Amino acid sequence: MKENQIGLQTADTQTAAKQTNPLVRFVDKLYELFDNRKIRFSVIAVAVAVLLYLPMRTNMYFMEVMTNVWFYVVMCLGLNIIVGFAGLLSLGYAAFFAVGAYTTGILILRYGMSFWLTLPISALMAVIAGLAIGTPTLKLRSDYLAIVTLGFGEMTRLAARNMAITGRATGLVGISRPYFFGLHLYKINHYYYAFLALAIIAIFISYRLMDSRLGRAWKCIREDEDAAEAMGINVVAIRLYAFILGSVFGALAGSFMAIKMTAISPDSFLFTQSVNILLAVVLGGMGKIPGVILGAFVMVIFPEVFRGIGQYRMLIFGLVLLILMIYRPQGLWPERSGGGPIEEKTCKDEVI
Amino acid sequence: MALLDIKDLTLRFGGIVPVNKVSFYIEEGSIESLIGPNGAGKTSLFNCLTGFYKAQEGDILFQGQSVMKLKPHKITELGMARTFQNLRLFKNLTVMENIMSGMHCRTSAGLAGAVFRPPAQKAEEKKIKEVAIECLDFVGILDKKDRIAKNLPYGDQRRVEWARALATQPKLLLLDEPAAGLNYDEKMQLVELIRRIRDELKITVFLIEHDMGLVMKVSERIFVIDYGMKIAEGTVQEVQNNPRVIEAYLGKEEDKVV
Amino acid sequence: MSLQEIIIQQVVNGLLLGSFYGLVALGYSMVYGIVKLLNFAHADVYMVGGFCSLTFLTLFKDTFLGNGWAGIVAAMLVSMVIVGLLGVIIERIAYKPLREAPRLSLLITALGVSMILYNSVMVVTGGEYRAYKTGLGFQGISIGSVFITHTQLILTVAAVALMFILHLFITRTMYGKAMRAISMDLDCCRLMGVNCNKIIALTFFVGTALAASAGTMAGVYYGSLHFFMGFAIGIKAFTAAVIGGIGIIPGAMLGGLLLGLLESFGTQIPFIGSEWKDVFSFSILIIILIFKPTGLLGKKESERM
Repeated sequence: MKENQIGLQTADTQTAAKQTNPLVRFVDKLYELFDNRKIRFSVIAVAVAVLLYLPMRTNMYFMEVMTNVWFYVVMCLGLNIIVGFAGLLSLGYAAFFAVGAYTTGILILRYGMSFWLTLPISALMAVIAGLAIGTPTLKLRSDYLAIVTLGFGEMTRLAARNMAITGRATGLVGISRPYFFGLHLYKINHYYYAFLALAIIAIFISYRLMDSRLGRAWKCIREDEDAAEAMGINVVAIRLYAFILGSVFGALAGSFMAIKMTAISPDSFLFTQSVNILLAVVLGGMGKIPGVILGAFVMVIFPEVFRGIGQYRMLIFGLVLLILMIYRPQGLWPERSGGGPIEEKTCKDEVI
Repeated sequence: MALLDIKDLTLRFGGIVPVNKVSFYIEEGSIESLIGPNGAGKTSLFNCLTGFYKAQEGDILFQGQSVMKLKPHKITELGMARTFQNLRLFKNLTVMENIMSGMHCRTSAGLAGAVFRPPAQKAEEKKIKEVAIECLDFVGILDKKDRIAKNLPYGDQRRVEWARALATQPKLLLLDEPAAGLNYDEKMQLVELIRRIRDELKITVFLIEHDMGLVMKVSERIFVIDYGMKIAEGTVQEVQNNPRVIEAYLGKEEDKVV
Repeated sequence: MSLQEIIIQQVVNGLLLGSFYGLVALGYSMVYGIVKLLNFAHADVYMVGGFCSLTFLTLFKDTFLGNGWAGIVAAMLVSMVIVGLLGVIIERIAYKPLREAPRLSLLITALGVSMILYNSVMVVTGGEYRAYKTGLGFQGISIGSVFITHTQLILTVAAVALMFILHLFITRTMYGKAMRAISMDLDCCRLMGVNCNKIIALTFFVGTALAASAGTMAGVYYGSLHFFMGFAIGIKAFTAAVIGGIGIIPGAMLGGLLLGLLESFGTQIPFIGSEWKDVFSFSILIIILIFKPTGLLGKKESERM
């Protein structure tokens, strides 16, 4: 069984009955293999090497798609902190992306600032946005929270559409691309590497967070906020932390997207965008990092592969959401077995 | 100085007064109980003490400091922990994770600590694990530490609840009907456990309970409330023979059905 | 226009707008009260209701019904029934299996249903606006330089009438009583022999039918339909329901009218105008949620710990 940083064994180790389902056994075997540090590291190293080498061997279209994939990975991991770790259903995630993109865009276009300088400012704006959305929603339960965050997302978009500084409906155009230690970042490959780097950082931070005091606190408030408060967890602060961290992920991704596309329009932050990100997180499995990554891959690659379906895309996504929630709410990514119910009856079972 | 001092505490709830000018104090190192008929306001009182309800009048002094206006997590941090009447475990987490939540307020690693894992954070995590194991061992469910909480039998779930509260390293432990749903053996074990909590861990215990046998066995002092008001306090003997207490539970002489 | 006339104009606009909001908010409130779910797809059945009645109207416009008021009323009633049934089907397929599931799953499912609804319509209509052709003219009455069309008047009256009928239904009939009982304690109702599934289905039917009627009225009033029109009204209707107190029927009506009036008057405020009116409405929602989350008619909720 896997031992994490403090020797905590994951998943229920009490498996009374041996697993007979071959698929489940196969998955368990894979998990066991990955428990071994050496195997884990070597597989990751090989994967990263392949990813780094990729641009030299493929065409621009593929690079464009993969860049999008990494972009989505960062966004989905950001939303995963809010929805997956902390259990706060947020339907306006695109707003954070907008904040980052517009901050960078405005600072470069109108104030001629260097892109790299805009990053910390973008992060700061994200913190403010996270607080702005997190504070009024502190006492809200999931249903209300969902609609209010949706509202915030919409309001951000409408504000961007209406204000002059954000370029009204046309948005910002002609954002100049920066230099990185003398190298002008104008090729798609550059952005592939940039987003890949962001994704790797995001994955690393996510794993570290999950297995930490903060991550555990999020799990507790996800389960039962009042009990968490009683156990000494400052629910208000921890909730805000989730929003803020999630928003910073989104904002930084947005900043990079702004220079990649050299243009931002309010239509990039439609509600459908927030739904796509949420769908990716739910599809893969809320809270499960590899699942979220898988979800991001599916969300970007699926429409490319099935170009033909075009306008039916969202319809199919809706159906997928429905079927998923009814039949497999835990998402596509398989968990190790041993988490199921056991032989002893609980009191409730005896009474009813 | 009394560990917990309650002065004229009053709570109003849209027309009813669940806690009505209640005053008493709890000495450090004692085991005391709160009893009363159903609906007397016992859990409401607990909720006021732990910050979940805000009383309108009176004061609550914990170690001399007023805690009436503090949020529940702050009160836990100061050293007053509670369990819930209807078991509020983190159902889908493991037993170990449930217990570790108690150590949240005793540690301080934040975002930076989580990402960079400096030695201080590593030491903290080690400590969290150690304390959790100690608590699990103390209540006797160490062997079940990796089980998912909702899969445990009821008696074990209760233990998880107690261990979780102990993990916050409190000075005062408030137990809300800890014996509810337990069988005779488990209740005897609970008596043992409460004594050990006081003797070995030096934690003061204050419990709400309906099981008179248990209350009589374990308490040094008992407070009785009815309709939100304190109607008696004293030792087991004193309370047992107090006519007002008898009346509260059984009704007046003339109402008794022969 | 003099100040007085502006006020009258805005009151008229506000009441009509508010009735739309109220009708949709009613469905939200009813469903929330009974199954504690904020039905995301509710706003989209409003849109479907509009399209449904348009279809009926177009099909039958050359019959004796015509596309004057008679046709419209018939179309509205038909669409209310059809879409109401759709609501029941949605509940059966998507929400019933998840009654015991965590809230998050339910919400996501509702989101999925919403997506299916508006994307289906998008595919059918090709994403374009559809004109709602009626045989109504633009006659109306004048008060000074304020012009109120007959259409506006009739629609407002109709909306209020529907709400009133609902109120009677909830308070005077056995079914209404059952709905209110279930909203207080579902398990107890089961034990008492109430056929909860039937009542829940009925609730969805009524709530959805009301939204469909609002959709029809919106089509008549604005003259066009679009597959995404449910989205905007969704947030507004939710705001209305929250203002009045979620789960409280009269609250939804009150909230709707209030919101409509506030919005209308809001467009007259110099800084806000019509561009920012949605942000204005949303701010009202936030303020209510911060200061009086149970709504104007709501009681202070105290949770037993």
